Amino acid sequence: MSSHPFCFRYGDKTYCFLFDTESGSLHNVDRVTFLCAKERYKIPLTEEEKSEYALVPAAEKDEINAELDELVSMGVLESECGVVMNKKRIGEVKALCLHICHDCNLRCRYCFADEGTYHTADRAHMPVEVGLKAVDFLIANSGNRRNLEIDFFGGEPLMNMKTVKAVVEYARSREKETGKAFNFTMTTNCLLLNDENIRWLNDNMYNVVLSIDGRRDVHNRVRKTPNGKDVFDVIKDNALRFRAIRGDRSYYVRGTFTAHNLDFADDVLYLNDLGFDQISMEPVVTDIPDLAIKEEHIPAILDEYERLARAYIDRRKTDKWFNFFHFMIDLDGGPCVIKRLTGCGSGCEYLAVTPRGDIYPCHQFAENKPYYMGNVLRSSDYDLGVSEKFARNIVTNKPECADCIAKYYCSGGCVANNLNYAGSMDKPYGISCKMMRKRMELSLAISAIESAPDNE
Amino acid sequence: MKHVNSIVLNGMIGCGECQSCKKPLL
Repeated sequence: MSSHPFCFRYGDKTYCFLFDTESGSLHNVDRVTFLCAKERYKIPLTEEEKSEYALVPAAEKDEINAELDELVSMGVLESECGVVMNKKRIGEVKALCLHICHDCNLRCRYCFADEGTYHTADRAHMPVEVGLKAVDFLIANSGNRRNLEIDFFGGEPLMNMKTVKAVVEYARSREKETGKAFNFTMTTNCLLLNDENIRWLNDNMYNVVLSIDGRRDVHNRVRKTPNGKDVFDVIKDNALRFRAIRGDRSYYVRGTFTAHNLDFADDVLYLNDLGFDQISMEPVVTDIPDLAIKEEHIPAILDEYERLARAYIDRRKTDKWFNFFHFMIDLDGGPCVIKRLTGCGSGCEYLAVTPRGDIYPCHQFAENKPYYMGNVLRSSDYDLGVSEKFARNIVTNKPECADCIAKYYCSGGCVANNLNYAGSMDKPYGISCKMMRKRMELSLAISAIESAPDNE
Repeated sequence: MKHVNSIVLNGMIGCGECQSCKKPLL
């Protein structure tokens, strides 16, 4: 089934929609058509909906189904996939995630990287030589691609600014001769975000991701220093100083919500109240019992996304306008079908490099030895065998994604999460799927409501 | 159409240069 009926209540109205996944067509329908569509696609009606549907005259049902049939004949409802792609191209890298250090000045409880160490013992920092060789590796293995990206990641990358600055200077020096253009990004916990670093990042980074989880108690509960001290106030002030000089250039404050703050909409709105207007809030992915998102949390989380969506539409009409990463959707200028099929590109166009120069499919696979792909110091070691496995990671190769409304939005989900929590790269992680589908529906509804001429 | 208000039709290449990881509603 490629067509999906859904509803969204905003103000005193409930808006109904039909989204056709394969054609990317969005239809706003009346309540009766919504019920007829559910019946047409064998989606169980609630008891209340059954009562409503029973009252619809047969002639009206026929009229509605005739309209839906017309949409089918136009290819904008119940459309077929029609796109065949068996594997991604490999050997043309576009982006590197440089692990500037496997060390961190915080001990966040949910850190997938084992508090920044990636399960290694020596808390290594990337030497300048490795950073420069990584630039050479990216240039040499990028084929005809012009736009290349390097993300400074960790651990905490601000702990090793010597290598960060050397990499940027060296990459810039090679742009003219190679015809490449570099974009740099950084993810930081903000603890070392002093005036000098703020100025340098603002001048040199295409995008900066600032990690803040929201309200003071929420943040301090899970993000502390190695000796257990709270850091929220320092981090908030540092991030706000960066925000103050950033203007309209790209940045995000990015939080993580856990089972302890299922009221995470309040954290998003709190960050907005502080003065941030580019916000992302991610569900934690962990197996730590008191933090993990479990199946029983899902109904409350989906309700919370709806609450956030209503507040989001309201605020975007005021001087508290903000952008929420997971409610972004470009309905008439979104990514092409190839991009949607291939997703994040991990293992093929997106790779990670550890402080020693070891290459892995992405930051989530770093130091996971079965996925070792070579070392930037020895370019002859680069082995595309692992890339071959990842090249088949295409959403249309995943049977469980076939009928999903969000299949071209998440492209089959995070490979590492699928592997670690669902048991296979090809099997989507169900808890993430439920949240993704809800965010997709809300993104569509928000976009429709905001683009309507009577939106005030 | 009386019951349907289409907002986007056919909203769905491969150059690899992108960044990597109106009517009132019924």
